[in-house]
Amino acid sequence: MSKKTVIPIGPYHPLQEEPELFKLYCEGEIVRDIEWETGYNHRGIEKINESKTFDQVFFVVERICGICSTSHPFAYANAMEEVGRVEVPDRAKFIRTIIGELERIHSHLLWLGLAGHFLGYNTVFMWAWKYREMILDIFEKTTGNRNNYAMFRIGGVRRDIPNIHISDVKKMLDAIKPKLNLLLGAVMDDPVIHARTKKVGILTKEDIIDYGAVGPTARASGIAIDVRHDDPYAAYPLVDWKVITSDGCDVYAKTEVRLLEMLESVSIIDQCLDKMSHTKEGSIYNPVKEIPAGFGFGRAEAPRGEVFHFVKTDGSNSPARHKVRAPSYVNIATFKKSCIGQTISDATIILAAVDPCYCCTERMAFAYDYYSGKQIMNGLDLIRISQQKTKELKMKM
Amino acid sequence: MIKDLFYFLIFPGMIFSVLMGGILSWSDRKITARVQFRKGPPFLQPFYDIGKLFYKETILPEHGARLTFLAAPVFALFSATLANVFILLPSIFPGSGFKGDLIVVFYLLTIPSLSYIIGSLASGNPLASLGASREIKLIMSYELTFILALACIVIKSGMSLSISDIIAAQQEGGAFIGSVSGVLLFIVILFVIQAKLALVPFDMSEAETEIAHGVFIEYSGSAYAIIKMARYIMLFTLPSLMMTLLMGGFSLSGFGILWSILKLVVILLLITLIRNTNPRLRLDQAMRFFFIWMNLIAVIAIGLSIIKL
Repeated sequence: MSKKTVIPIGPYHPLQEEPELFKLYCEGEIVRDIEWETGYNHRGIEKINESKTFDQVFFVVERICGICSTSHPFAYANAMEEVGRVEVPDRAKFIRTIIGELERIHSHLLWLGLAGHFLGYNTVFMWAWKYREMILDIFEKTTGNRNNYAMFRIGGVRRDIPNIHISDVKKMLDAIKPKLNLLLGAVMDDPVIHARTKKVGILTKEDIIDYGAVGPTARASGIAIDVRHDDPYAAYPLVDWKVITSDGCDVYAKTEVRLLEMLESVSIIDQCLDKMSHTKEGSIYNPVKEIPAGFGFGRAEAPRGEVFHFVKTDGSNSPARHKVRAPSYVNIATFKKSCIGQTISDATIILAAVDPCYCCTERMAFAYDYYSGKQIMNGLDLIRISQQKTKELKMKM
Repeated sequence: MIKDLFYFLIFPGMIFSVLMGGILSWSDRKITARVQFRKGPPFLQPFYDIGKLFYKETILPEHGARLTFLAAPVFALFSATLANVFILLPSIFPGSGFKGDLIVVFYLLTIPSLSYIIGSLASGNPLASLGASREIKLIMSYELTFILALACIVIKSGMSLSISDIIAAQQEGGAFIGSVSGVLLFIVILFVIQAKLALVPFDMSEAETEIAHGVFIEYSGSAYAIIKMARYIMLFTLPSLMMTLLMGGFSLSGFGILWSILKLVVILLLITLIRNTNPRLRLDQAMRFFFIWMNLIAVIAIGLSIIKL
């Protein structure tokens, strides 16, 4: 039995932008085992939400993740509308869908650039991010913000997209299409990219089902799982689109799925804009007076997979319990299957291929003593420490 | 003695080649930036980099072999400089050099990589040792190709092992690149240069996103500045070796200077374009690339040069 070296990736490492730790147990270049630690960035958002009103929660959940900053409000709105049995006007449904799909394009472009960067292909990085800028321009035009769009509210959306803007948005979308096709060609026809990504990080259908992976990670293994299709919400049942899958099971298949999904998203947005122009301008939300006691859950397909929100209400104006499950939480676990037996060079691109988002996934971490295995601190202790600190600060003031 | 020191330290040695290497490094970064829709650094940026590093604190690894760790960059710098002097002097003073300096240059060009390996292993960092092991495997794969290419050039120049004879042979019979085997050699040596400079697609020994600059991870301050200088010199030395061996060498008179600069720029442009249009290869893929394809091309070139093609 040869000695295994531990190669750490993280907590701060050029591979990932967010703090997390992967321990690769290697023999030479081959990864034999993998362990990961998250919890560097826990913010207690579920707890914070219990002290906010229903309308304020939108702005908090928007900040769970900087990249998919509309999928969390989307899922939360779905949950709240289930609790309050609120109907959403058609125009709001279309606007929600447009924002969600624009976000998918921008997130996938961001991922494509990063994947190129991880492979040492910085030209792809810069090009993909340059074209992502065009999407952000559309966001700025339609919502007023480049990120954290603040578009959602219970029963509809906050801002309308006026009919006079529709032709402009369409023009901007048309300008993006050739760029997406260019990137598609650049990635699909590059023999060196094929050499680096094909047959790397295989996740079979069974693995996906065992680990419950979602989103493009699952669709790249031939499983057509997509909340937009399986549990239709917003305007997705009203437009014509298909779920993109691939049977490659490897990193290349994940790239392919994401690239084709971007083109599909462009077509969804196009149809939404067309249909939206026939609805009445200005009717973008149904006013909601109060939310009864009860519970509801909402799902939305984020760029990374299914986002799940559970809200329990008690008749007051804030959630009694709010539970969030982000897609990376299930996708990260598949590393155990896909990384082991690969080289370190491949392991890094496999880690990036599920497009992990650690700030969505962060959970409460407990500190254990290394030697005795005893728990040193739990959540209550940490709350106590935090309150003590606040008290001390107040004393000083 | 003083003349030799002048050759070594000022022209065409250390100072001149660092300057040239810095300029080439700037053009490489500028071209890269333009390809990627960026603005790129100002002209003096490579020299600002070195200057700043000399002011910075040099942090030594706590559990490493410190003397070896610090000596390695100096070895790299001196051997790169020496190789540069041996390559350029025969172009500047025709007929200088000695019999067999081609072999000396071959060895001197290997020493920078070897000293990076020794220095990184002395630091005791697991990522550095991983980078060192990758570098060793990479050296083993491309050196054979390199020596085959050099052998082919020796055959083409009529069995001469001295650089000035190779230049003289090209001045009589035209540059070697004008023949079929010369073009093949150009391709082979271009990829060897790419690997020796540790540029994409052969940068796995320092792969930033995998092992965080691998062999250089522990270097900082002046030690890293010396490494940067050695790398600038290599960026100038290897293309000029290519020019000397295949494209008739440098010339310092009239239009000759412009012609030399043009050759240098073309080689640099090719290197930069290769590095900007490829992702990093995996180690086993790089080894297969050199062992099978590049060696095959080099052997074909040798065969062609024997029948004078």
